Amino acid sequence: MPEKLYLPADAAHIKNLKPGTFVEICGTVYTARDQAHKRIAAAITSGQPLPFPLGDAAIYYCGPTPPQHGNLIGSCGPTTSGRMDAYTPLLIENGLRVMIGKGIRNEAVTQAIKAHGAVYLTAIGGAAALYQSRITACELIAYPDLGCEAVYKLTVKDFPAVVSII
Amino acid sequence: MKSIAQDKIKSAVAKLIHRCLTVADKSVTAALEAIDTDSPLERRAAQLIVENNTVAERDDLYCCQDTGQALFFVKLGEEVYAPGLYAAINAAVREAYAGARKSVADPVTRLNTKDNTPAIIELELVSGDALEITFLAKGAGSENMSKLYMLTPADGNAGIVRSVVDAVERGGRNACPPLVVGVGIGGVTETSCALSKRALLRPIGVHNAREDVAALETEILEKVNALGIGVAALGGRTTALAVNIEVAPSHIGMLPVAVNLQCHSLRHGSIVL
Repeated sequence: MPEKLYLPADAAHIKNLKPGTFVEICGTVYTARDQAHKRIAAAITSGQPLPFPLGDAAIYYCGPTPPQHGNLIGSCGPTTSGRMDAYTPLLIENGLRVMIGKGIRNEAVTQAIKAHGAVYLTAIGGAAALYQSRITACELIAYPDLGCEAVYKLTVKDFPAVVSII
Repeated sequence: MKSIAQDKIKSAVAKLIHRCLTVADKSVTAALEAIDTDSPLERRAAQLIVENNTVAERDDLYCCQDTGQALFFVKLGEEVYAPGLYAAINAAVREAYAGARKSVADPVTRLNTKDNTPAIIELELVSGDALEITFLAKGAGSENMSKLYMLTPADGNAGIVRSVVDAVERGGRNACPPLVVGVGIGGVTETSCALSKRALLRPIGVHNAREDVAALETEILEKVNALGIGVAALGGRTTALAVNIEVAPSHIGMLPVAVNLQCHSLRHGSIVL
């Protein structure tokens, strides 16, 4: 059985994760992708309020489809993490602990992850219907004008991902 | 002259879109079910994708949240009268994507068009009295990793192989492998790009009818799988399920090679009216 990763997690907790292994994530994650990152980074830089506290937070790079058949959320697989690389070191410096997405990260993000005791986990790209079934709560908390790029607070249970950069 | 009403086109295309977005290409699922790997990570990733595709079809869910930009390849018979064809296709996109993700935005303002239009439509005039419409949903993750190489004739086949392998090595990890690699060789820039996209529509396992081109497909597929990217880029032997090449004659001074990466969520289908 894969190990569980309970969120929120602090640096001491993250340190025990084994690279290259599947974990099942349980707890709170916030969705954010391209446009939400642009706004969060601008809010940090200008000292404006953030949509959620970044300390020990987990971001899931995801823009879900609308819910179908009365489900809490629509299909919600990971998007390409690399597009968020331009903003990520700033977010990590401000407390971001866990990132979940797909694909590779650049050198600056890798260095920031290592320097601050953060972690990047790879979710299975294209497994969106499966991930949908692992969400137990979903709340729209910021940037509703962005549509699928808005920030959602999700509670996930047994959400499979691979520890990739630590 | 055969006349086809706008409404008939719209409802048939809307149904086609929905079916494609919920049922990924079954040959991909079958290949992942039968995966040959000694990596437990790759095996687990393949199982999760198979489970995903099974759940999506059973529960009528979108198999990927990136329901894509809507691409159409239309073959219009010369004996067909289909007034308002483009309007009908766009109306179908509006209807079918009402419950799906709206992923289309103005490139400068980034303002969303809110209904996933406009569709991208390629029209080909053919003989006969049939109207064939093929749909392909293309997500950003794989499309972003596609490339155009303007080689010279001196680069030859070695250059073609090197370019395709380079595109997969650079972009394959972000493009949701296992991939179908579409390659367009020849023509001018847009010819090769269009061919590389059309190449994705060929069924997995079917080679180009030209023996020399088929041999290139086999050689490149081997080299791509030797990169070790594997399912979900977790390391392994199955980076691509197919390399499909289409060719067109080109200028004596040119050798354009376009590479279009397609994720495992291969959502396409055709109707004939």
